[in-house]
Amino acid sequence: MTYAYDERLDGSLHAHEKSAIVTALQALLPDMQLLHATEDLRPFECDGLSAYRVTPMLVALPDTIEQVQALLKFASAHGVPVVARGAGTGLSGGALPLEKGILLVMARFNRILEIDAEASTARVQPGVRNLAISQSAAPHGLYYAPDPSSQIACSIGGNVAENAGGVHCLKYGLTVHNILAVEIVTIDGERLTLGSEALDFPGFDLLALFTGSEGMLGVVVEVTVKLLTKPQSAKVLLASFDDIEKAGDSVAQIIGAGVIPAGLEMMDNLAIRAAEAFVHAGYPVDAKALLLCEIDGAESDVEEDCQRVDALLRTAGATDVRLAQNEAERQRFWAGRKNAFPAVGRISPDYYCMDGTIPRRELSRVLKGISDLSAQYGLRVANVFHAGDGNMHPLILFDANAPGEMDRAEAIGARILELCVAVGGSISGEHGVGREKINQMCVQFNSDELTFFHEVKASFDPDGLLNPGKNVPTLHRCAEFGSMHVHHGALPFPELERF
Amino acid sequence: MRRDLISIDDSARLVEQVRRALAEHTPLRIRGGDSKAFLGRPVMGQEIDTRSHRGIVSYDASELVITARAGTPLAELNAILDAAGQMLPCEPPAFGRDATVGGAVASGLSGPRRPWSGSVRDFILGCRIITGDAKHLRFGGQVMKNVAGYDVSRLMGGSFGCLGLVTEVSLKVLPKPRDARSLTITIDESDAMRELSAWRRAALPISGACHIDGKLHVRLEGGAGSVRAALERIGGEDLDMGFWESLRDHRLAFFDDARPLWRLSLPNHTPLMALPGDVLIDWGGAQRWLKSDAAAETLRQIASAAGGHATCFSRETGIEPFHPIAATLMRFHRQLKARLDPHGIFNPGRMYADF
Repeated sequence: MTYAYDERLDGSLHAHEKSAIVTALQALLPDMQLLHATEDLRPFECDGLSAYRVTPMLVALPDTIEQVQALLKFASAHGVPVVARGAGTGLSGGALPLEKGILLVMARFNRILEIDAEASTARVQPGVRNLAISQSAAPHGLYYAPDPSSQIACSIGGNVAENAGGVHCLKYGLTVHNILAVEIVTIDGERLTLGSEALDFPGFDLLALFTGSEGMLGVVVEVTVKLLTKPQSAKVLLASFDDIEKAGDSVAQIIGAGVIPAGLEMMDNLAIRAAEAFVHAGYPVDAKALLLCEIDGAESDVEEDCQRVDALLRTAGATDVRLAQNEAERQRFWAGRKNAFPAVGRISPDYYCMDGTIPRRELSRVLKGISDLSAQYGLRVANVFHAGDGNMHPLILFDANAPGEMDRAEAIGARILELCVAVGGSISGEHGVGREKINQMCVQFNSDELTFFHEVKASFDPDGLLNPGKNVPTLHRCAEFGSMHVHHGALPFPELERF
Repeated sequence: MRRDLISIDDSARLVEQVRRALAEHTPLRIRGGDSKAFLGRPVMGQEIDTRSHRGIVSYDASELVITARAGTPLAELNAILDAAGQMLPCEPPAFGRDATVGGAVASGLSGPRRPWSGSVRDFILGCRIITGDAKHLRFGGQVMKNVAGYDVSRLMGGSFGCLGLVTEVSLKVLPKPRDARSLTITIDESDAMRELSAWRRAALPISGACHIDGKLHVRLEGGAGSVRAALERIGGEDLDMGFWESLRDHRLAFFDDARPLWRLSLPNHTPLMALPGDVLIDWGGAQRWLKSDAAAETLRQIASAAGGHATCFSRETGIEPFHPIAATLMRFHRQLKARLDPHGIFNPGRMYADF
């Protein structure tokens, strides 16, 4: 798609004289750093989805909440759109700037305000890196559970905005399950606390509503997270399969047997070979699929469940099952999985990471569909899968310098997401809609549902100044997208039942 | 024993009744089993009964997801899960035999396992709702992870029907623990709180902790090994597992008292505090039930000062049931209500006089 904001489809934006805005803001907030020279704006033109690039009108780097309030009040009064950005690691273009907008960079809010070991909570500023929270809590035997693969770099404010996940979601939940409260600033400069230090709070669950709202409802200025006690023991099993369907079935059997693994990851042959070549994790390069199953908890329970899972995997047809014999081997098994994306990056000039979710029982059908699409579009696809929670990350391999390949990559990606929706899943499990999947929202939701979302948005931001063009498409955009789609051959996957 | 499960899609009638209410400008009082009708402010409106819209829409144990219509009896849902070796970990209270799934979601109340398992809203994956303009819409889904669009499903949890009529809900479920034991030790409240804190740091498999009448009741759930080890460490006497259901549904003698019942929700490490009345400590300290004649403002001040809030669970008192919300935050509540239910037909005034 054309990723740039399209006023015809996304809604019109006020045009402002840049120099007038700069002068006014410098006068209003003399202590706040403001970047406006083109060469200074360059580093901010994309987030983790680097194929999409737009130079913002200007970049604001506040370091106090009062500055954020004043800036948003100013934007509200003058009708200037604002895009908030954390560490810029997001994979859906959620922090893609606007040519006519201010990019509000929250990176300077990087302090851990309090670790309360007795309460098992941490109060942090939004620019604090995800991993830094766990590192600061470690001396108390505590950690912060959600661990997106970008955790060394991504910020907690961005995690809240995207409802970030990771490899431990099935057992430990997403960001929404692991935060107690957020402080936000709304577009009219109000400071609100959503949630509380207690386990619940009066009124509507605006904390749940805000989590994953992609910067559309307000800007996060402080987060209180829950910390968990580190499990006594963690062990990982690596199982090889000569058939991807058997691997999928074994996942259902593990869960059916009452085991909730801390992590349950699947990779297909292409991903296995790429990862093995990159980190030498000891993966079986001939296997059609491998499964990593991590069990954590009390020592005796882990022991018992590992034996149970080992037996289940063998009965399910695993050709080999290995238990990591020590911590070093456990880390090595995980290193292959955690480096799967860069590993795939080594075997292809470019890759495009997708993020659909499906009911697990549909795995074989979806993998078959992806393999057919791969042949049809002439692009290889490596599959990495959070098998426990049904979150797929197909990696589409392409060469941006080869004419037409980027367009084909985007097209096959869109088809894969539509396939996920057709089997009862979702277009995004953890990366968010952002700008990237704005058109696929028209596939997952009907116009009444999208209208409902617009009403939610309007209750916080009636003028639509926060992150316009992201997360929820206009009905106009969907109408255009729908007609385009019919051109390409009626509905995608007409053979599938809709639900 | 085979149960005859009733499965009826009566959503068309519900949509029609909402449409009529809109046309006639008649507010609606949403009801399921009315087991929690005592909670919240009285609603003047025409009754809309969800109980005819019932039954399990889908349940695949290996997917860990169950989808049920709002009018499904909560007991029926629990029995189906139980038969498959699974459970709804947040164990929502029933307060009688008539509780429905829709009511459990709309009230958002969770049982004794809540601090360790998560709350009702934590287990909501998706829902269908009838909106303030009589549209029947679907949000979220039947998958564990779904970040497309705003999280409307979890917003419905604990919204007491004020934002729309929930007709169907998908909930994450989990396997029942392999082993479960309960025990009682005689210990005063301050020692109990100290021990609980130490056990939390030691990651003992605790899934219930309630102090009442000089005794601490503890539930342990996990693998056989961890439960046995925790039993040895904690000691005490065996306690009937039925205690937790009695606690959940307010059937303990403590609740049989003419004074108003208050619920104080507090940060989990809140120290013991003098409260004017009789106290039952649940959730390891994060939820304290109070039987008291003290003035509402006094109790609300105590709860607020500790970083929590106080809810009055007794209807016939004339007391505002829910803790007041700061004015700026209330403004956003009103705006949300006005956008999603512009004609104010769903449970007006159930939570606050403002909406």
